[in-house]
Amino acid sequence: MQRIYLDHNATTPVDPAVLAAMLPYLSGEFGNASSIHTFGQRARAAVETAREQVAALINARPQEIIFTSGGTESDNHAIFGVIHSASSRASLHLITTTIEHEAVLNTCQELEKQGVTVTYLPVDPNGLVSTEDLRRALRPETALITVMHANNELGTVQPLPEIGLIAAEADVYFHVDAVQSAGKLPLDVQTLQVDLLSLSGHKICAPKGIGALFIRSRTPLRQFFYGGHHQRGFRPGTENVAGIVGLGKAAELARLSLEQDATRMARLRDTLEQGLLARVPDSSVNAALAPRTPNTCNMTFPGIEGEALVIALDLRGLACSTGAACSSGAVEPSHVLTAIGLSAAKARASIRFSLGRHTTEAEMSAVLEIVPAAVAQLRRLSPTYQK
Amino acid sequence: MTTEVKLDSLPEVQETKPGLVAVAMSGGVDSSTVAAVLQQQGVPVVGLTMQLWNQRRLPELQGDGPAQHRCCSLDDVYDAKRVAQHLNFPHYVVNFEEQFEKRVVRPFVEQYLSGRTPIACTNCNTDVKFEPLLRMARQIGAERLATGHYARIRKNESTGRYELLRARDVSKDQSYFLWGLTQEQLSRSDFPLGELTKQGVRDLARHVQLPVAEKPESMELCFVPNGNYVQFIHAYSRSEGISLNEQEGDIVTEQGSVIGRHTGLHNYTIGQRKGLGFAAGKPIYVLAIDTEKNRIVVGEDDALRATTLEIESVNWVSVAEPASPICGQAKIRHKHEPAPATIEVLPGNRARIIFETPQRAITPGQAAIFYDGDTVVAGGWIR
Repeated sequence: MQRIYLDHNATTPVDPAVLAAMLPYLSGEFGNASSIHTFGQRARAAVETAREQVAALINARPQEIIFTSGGTESDNHAIFGVIHSASSRASLHLITTTIEHEAVLNTCQELEKQGVTVTYLPVDPNGLVSTEDLRRALRPETALITVMHANNELGTVQPLPEIGLIAAEADVYFHVDAVQSAGKLPLDVQTLQVDLLSLSGHKICAPKGIGALFIRSRTPLRQFFYGGHHQRGFRPGTENVAGIVGLGKAAELARLSLEQDATRMARLRDTLEQGLLARVPDSSVNAALAPRTPNTCNMTFPGIEGEALVIALDLRGLACSTGAACSSGAVEPSHVLTAIGLSAAKARASIRFSLGRHTTEAEMSAVLEIVPAAVAQLRRLSPTYQK
Repeated sequence: MTTEVKLDSLPEVQETKPGLVAVAMSGGVDSSTVAAVLQQQGVPVVGLTMQLWNQRRLPELQGDGPAQHRCCSLDDVYDAKRVAQHLNFPHYVVNFEEQFEKRVVRPFVEQYLSGRTPIACTNCNTDVKFEPLLRMARQIGAERLATGHYARIRKNESTGRYELLRARDVSKDQSYFLWGLTQEQLSRSDFPLGELTKQGVRDLARHVQLPVAEKPESMELCFVPNGNYVQFIHAYSRSEGISLNEQEGDIVTEQGSVIGRHTGLHNYTIGQRKGLGFAAGKPIYVLAIDTEKNRIVVGEDDALRATTLEIESVNWVSVAEPASPICGQAKIRHKHEPAPATIEVLPGNRARIIFETPQRAITPGQAAIFYDGDTVVAGGWIR
């Protein structure tokens, strides 16, 4: 059976070109990028090339990029880093949204325990924050605004240019979690007036365990790790050279094919969405009216449990997800879906399809056969679905 | 893209085929062996492991270190996954915490607090495993559910009914916990271990080199991490705001004379001998828990014995509700040897069981099962 993978917001396959770029650094080119000798110099050159490639993706300068272990570390470092470096101030306030990824939400909750005040901006039924709400939330002691660019569950894209402008006017640091938008939307830290921006490798066809944080020059940031002199001593630890090379290559591929990929994915996503709306009675698309990443489709099929549908689809060879998954804990209705006003039952009846650079037309046709049949089977046995 | 190259090592399943059977896998040796047995018979299987209870909810019961060998520990989930990987069939963890709490844990605690001695496993079977889990199995394309229970099901072609029978290995028999199953549930269930002994199951598990072949037996009450259910009831009631009557009260004889004090009714069960807090010179047992008067009635062994009991919420399992009394054997707790008795129908979905000889500690809240030899005739809750 050919399996179809529509869970690219969870992770993406490593692009063959990325793998090819990495392989030498997993064998012959094994040098430590901090070493003086030729082995080290070659590794250093590879790391710095990757830094340039990542910087180019977001229109930053290479020296403003540090490599991290991934999106979660980047988010933690940016948020704790700004707040802790400002902790001489008597009271601190930060602004975020109710639909952030856990890497941001749980970091903010930890800061609340440390005495920081946090405002969680609500979102409208399309998953968008209001810039009016943001302006009203600003206080003299606001130290940071942290807003995700694109949401992982819905794909909604926040109005970053406006938010960046408000942050700049208020002279407040602005962090963006761009893990879900990189490679899908153009990213320019200059026009967006962003001070800090998080990236993750495995969402853009690089491997897991590598990410980056953009830190605009002269942004005061308390360092997180202490150790050797790697990455200017700011993020010590022997560089993950192969991972960094992979991230660099993936960033380059994303930059070069972004427009083409985005157009293609949007077309396929729309085919999928329109097709499912037509073939599955009582179905709806979440945040349908918002600007969205071109690859994400979140739908509600009332009367079913998303968990059961994901299993039924997997048994038929289609991989997708119920949204933010918890490996083995309670199935809480998604905080994102409840934030846009879905009831707990509707939130649990929702699933997410997320396409990738390599998703094909033929796969979409197959999905349009598989999903309606599976939903019908679930509904036939559902204790809550009435036609 | 063509992802099949990279995903080669995943278990291959074709279009969900008729005949696909879901196996309820706890991560223990029994349910793992069920999967192996079915697979050897050429039956396509999918493993489902229920996440039923989050042990982190009552952290005070955890003690030091991670919980070991409880049905809801991650270790057990991983064990089930390892078995599925070893045998190469798909496996999923499914979450039924909400149903489990609503239909098993909370009723267990409430029954206990009202002076009864409940069994959680029966509710878990009838209200979780063979209800939402069976439904989910059917929703994902498996029309049948197989479990590691030691019991047997057979269809009686002359009556058209599905009959529930004791396991061939009577020492492992679990029919006591399955009396609540309906005809519909029985018709979709498989108990492949019903003909085997525990030793036979272990041998099979070893033969196919299951990673859990040597795993020790699990406890009876899976959601109580340390086996101390009085402590669990305290912790759960506190966290849920259920009021505990911790009021002390009298311990009285059958004649009503006060001979001691109790520390709160929920600390006692019928038939209990130890921990009454006084020495009477001869063995004294709890005969009754009187929630109305907040007192414990105690007496000697003889007084603990009775011949007649009534059951409610009766399920006539292998036979239709009979018009006249039936002779057979009845069992009043899991470790009780079925004793000769008759059963007669009472109005209101009740029945009366009359033993030939008095039985010890007939306990409200436990179940009584009526057998005809190996066949489960009926079951119900002791009033």
